Amino acid sequence: MSEAVAERNAGVVEGPIASPRELMPYAIFAGVVLMMLVYFVGAEEGALSLIGGSSVHELVHDARHLLGFPCH
Amino acid sequence: MVRSLLIRGMLVGLLAGVLAFAFAYAFGEPQVQHAIDFEDLMAAKAGAAHEHALISRGTQRTVGLLIGTVAMGVALGGMFALVFAYAYGRVGSFGVRATSALLALAAYVTITLVPFTKYPASPPSVGNADTIDRRTLLFFAMIAITVLAAIAAGRVRREYAERLGPWNAAIAAGAVFVLVVAAAQLILPAVHETPAGFPADVLYRFRLASLGISATLWLTIGLAFGATAERLVAAQPGRARARRAGAAA
Ligand SMILES: [Zn+2]
Repeated sequence: MSEAVAERNAGVVEGPIASPRELMPYAIFAGVVLMMLVYFVGAEEGALSLIGGSSVHELVHDARHLLGFPCH
Repeated sequence: MVRSLLIRGMLVGLLAGVLAFAFAYAFGEPQVQHAIDFEDLMAAKAGAAHEHALISRGTQRTVGLLIGTVAMGVALGGMFALVFAYAYGRVGSFGVRATSALLALAAYVTITLVPFTKYPASPPSVGNADTIDRRTLLFFAMIAITVLAAIAAGRVRREYAERLGPWNAAIAAGAVFVLVVAAAQLILPAVHETPAGFPADVLYRFRLASLGISATLWLTIGLAFGATAERLVAAQPGRARARRAGAAA
């Protein structure tokens, strides 16, 4: 937690727990990695196909339909 | 702090994925099987050769389903933790568990429920393979519009809280949300790809199961993340100092 945020909230019990500067690297890297996970469950072998063949698509196919992603 | 929250979010997501798997296996899989049986029947009537799957149905409905729901749970749990890290203390003055529960409810409504009213989940054989690119794009567009509409509504509520009073500001925010979503639903093209003769009961039960699976995911994330994050936030050194400063003042 940055000092700036701590100072601003001194004396206040509820206040931000993370400054945007602290959040940014996580939002970028984790955001990209986690979006890739969503992609492999929900959209591989559709609009895009990153891994050749359709084995990833077939393995998680039921989850894709049941989680509401468009499919065949 | 952010790192610990992210890890907890992903672990909570893992738990949510396992519970969602149980729900999906019990309520969703029977409907998926009915839909595949219908598909096979239609293919047989048309005289098409039986399509051989790379991965057996037995694997798809057990291990495959589990991998899918857990991957989704971890991804949603991780992103949820990052949104929580930003929102806590900035959006409203709720405690840790209430913020987590309300954020999860908002996520369910804006990511699942409202987009579902335009582009609902569909079982195998409902949906044309040739239009999948377009349908994927429309699906994510509808989610993005709904989430942005909710964020805009939240801003309207805070912006006008003083001028209109909290009650009327909330009504104005709700009106903004409904208007944006309704406009998007009217403008975006409809998808009508249910094949003739597809059993309506199967479609209904599949969609109900799908809503239940997402509800299981978000309910678990919202409640379990709140419980685990509360201890973390309470133990934060800066927060303890802030509390001491408050007590001294
Ligand atoms: Zn499919």
